[in-house]
Amino acid sequence: MNAEEAKTAVFAALREIAPEADASVIEPDVEFREQLDIDSMDFLNLIIGIHERTGVDIPEEDYPLLETLDGCIRYLTEAGPSPHGR
Amino acid sequence: MPTLGADMTEGTVTRWLVKPGDQVKRGDIVVEVETDKADMEVEIFESGVISELLVPEGECVPVGTVLAIVGASPGVVPQAPAPAPPVTPPPAPERVEPRLVPPAPRQRATPTARVLAQQLGIDIATLDGTGIEGTITRQDVEHAARRATPTPAAVPPPGRTLLVSPRARRMARELGIDLATVAGTGPQGSITAGDLGAAPRPPEVPAPPATAIAPEKRGPRRGPIAALMERSNRDIPHYYLGLDINLEHTLDWLRAENKKRPVTERLLYSVLLLKATALAAHEVPEVNGYFSDGEFRPSNEVNVGVAISLREGGLVAPALLNAAEKPLSQLMAELQDLVKRARSGRLRASEMSSSSITVTNLGELGVDFVYGVIYPPQVALVGFGKIVERPWAENGMLGVKPVITMTLAADHRASDGHRGGMFLTTINRLLQEPEHL
Repeated sequence: MNAEEAKTAVFAALREIAPEADASVIEPDVEFREQLDIDSMDFLNLIIGIHERTGVDIPEEDYPLLETLDGCIRYLTEAGPSPHGR
Repeated sequence: MPTLGADMTEGTVTRWLVKPGDQVKRGDIVVEVETDKADMEVEIFESGVISELLVPEGECVPVGTVLAIVGASPGVVPQAPAPAPPVTPPPAPERVEPRLVPPAPRQRATPTARVLAQQLGIDIATLDGTGIEGTITRQDVEHAARRATPTPAAVPPPGRTLLVSPRARRMARELGIDLATVAGTGPQGSITAGDLGAAPRPPEVPAPPATAIAPEKRGPRRGPIAALMERSNRDIPHYYLGLDINLEHTLDWLRAENKKRPVTERLLYSVLLLKATALAAHEVPEVNGYFSDGEFRPSNEVNVGVAISLREGGLVAPALLNAAEKPLSQLMAELQDLVKRARSGRLRASEMSSSSITVTNLGELGVDFVYGVIYPPQVALVGFGKIVERPWAENGMLGVKPVITMTLAADHRASDGHRGGMFLTTINRLLQEPEHL
């Protein structure tokens, strides 16, 4: 998966949990929690949304790597096409 | 118009999902209602055929107003109207409704008026009496039943009873228009979205701050909550207890459990807290139920109200019904569904009015403990703070453990510190054995 595909998937998942969020002003290196007023339920739904769109399996211990937009993109591009992450 | 919580006094019918002639059965969702707190779906509690819709869409009416009439079979004009208040079966919390802020003196009413009002599901406290010394008569009740227009007895200042369509209300909020300055052209002078065009607008709406969040943060839903909380602090003698819980074993178990589960079926630790609280409430029934009319009525069911913050501001606490009886996976799925529906305004009336105890988890915000204010007519609120690593001494050894502080705000009329303490230690004991939750 390339960075553009990853970004599209993350934005789509974000729109579902925080419909009022404007993707264009999301700072890529700041935690979603800080800029989007999301709680752990929202975060879990974000992970589920990303998983469903990319097929990438994300074990719970990797969740901290997905707390920013940059982090998500890095994780998803490195995960590659394998459905089992890294 | 059922009351969807003790703090509700009126509601707007936003959409009918049935029409006259439709067959309905108990539990069907028949109408969508907007309150100043949340939007939600109202189930019907009678089976039959809809014979008449009495309140049109867009109209705001006081709690207790008859919304529709349901007949036994098509064509039969019925005696008893439909979605009247009894929203939950046994110890319905909304029964304390007449004690809404400010506690109204008992209305004078003739016995026939009282019986009729009860049959029709009309709250007598919302009526104006025309009999001797303002006594409510049978005619007053019949009149109220026929009338689809709101005439709240709460004596609104003249000209202030605004009929506003939900869309217009939302638009006015967004545009900063004072609805009192708008002339309505809709049915019965109601204000529609089109009427807002000519309305005066505030000089210059200050530019929204450049954040990723839409500038709709100051929630308009403070009013009813404010009234309810005021009543709580005035009427309920609260006492507070707290207990630190070592969650090491609980979280280890959860981590291992989640490893076995696919992404879509993993559990949040808050589900364990909710389940343990529900089970403990069965063991200490003094914290689970309602205080109304001067006495405590324990609830047979444990319906755990979950405080959910709404994205546009405000808070609702819908119930996870019978939480103690459900396996964790089911509870997790229901919690996910509840949060989603709370935020999209699709809660059901039964969920809004049936909580027998409430849990709030403010750890998300980074606070260590919660000193809660009880939601009347409930008698207890359990608060959880943030899980933090703390030094923990046990058996003469010092270690660093993940610790959460649990607090209880309870009604001293229903329980005492001894039973409250047992409740908290029971929750702790249950959390130490997560495999049995």
